Amino acid sequence: MLDTVLFYSFAVLVLGGGILTITRRNAVHSAISLIVSLLGVAGLYLLQAAEFLFAVQIVLYVGGIMVLFLFVIMLVNLDDAAKVREYNRQWIVALVAVAAVGAELGYFFHRGAASFHIAETAAAVPVAVGNTEALADSLFSEYLLPFEIASLVLLVAVVGSVIMAKKRI
Amino acid sequence: MHPVTTVHYLALSAALLLIGTVGVLTRRNIVVILMSIELILNAVNINLIAFSHAWHNVGGQVFAIFVITDAVAEAAVGLGILIALFRNKETVQADEIDLLKW
Repeated sequence: MLDTVLFYSFAVLVLGGGILTITRRNAVHSAISLIVSLLGVAGLYLLQAAEFLFAVQIVLYVGGIMVLFLFVIMLVNLDDAAKVREYNRQWIVALVAVAAVGAELGYFFHRGAASFHIAETAAAVPVAVGNTEALADSLFSEYLLPFEIASLVLLVAVVGSVIMAKKRI
Repeated sequence: MHPVTTVHYLALSAALLLIGTVGVLTRRNIVVILMSIELILNAVNINLIAFSHAWHNVGGQVFAIFVITDAVAEAAVGLGILIALFRNKETVQADEIDLLKW
């Protein structure tokens, strides 16, 4: 019961924040709404017993990426941008296309809802270790190579963004 | 009230994905487009965590970490490109940057 109430309140946070993000005229308001949405997603992680990702979501997204976004919004002066047209010319076509995809997905979930109950009853193994330990075990043994590649991707991204943003190299 | 199942999470994730897609397709401001991409990546993460929880398998959470890593890299490079663009073109509207358009 509590789970259901929490799920729906977090869902309202996530979807409401998302809708405000894409409809606000002012980019700073968009960023604040996105923070609300990301906090809702963090709550959903906690509801799904992913405590480590809950912490990562708040520290990295809300604390890291959103500060970066706000910093860039302050850097490129967006006061003029707030006065011009908000949506591009193809927005009707885009809305129709997305509504079509949404209808397809809704139909699929409606018809296929029963097939997901297999997953619900799948081997309910009681977890002996904590979430962070299990995650670290998996990350540093099974997924060691992807982990190293991810660090390489981050290095390239850091160097690339410095080169992009620098005035003269 | 129905108990919350995996399908609820999938439906929420699909809704968030569609919101993000609408944002990418309709907005002109590049900063908002990048924020919409973050929404899309978070929708993917909700899916991964929901299945990870349903199957009692931690692999989904590991993949979510990789998705977050890519989101960080994408945001850093995207905002770097945005700053370079703004310095050269003095605009942040996506449809005014049409140098390669014939």
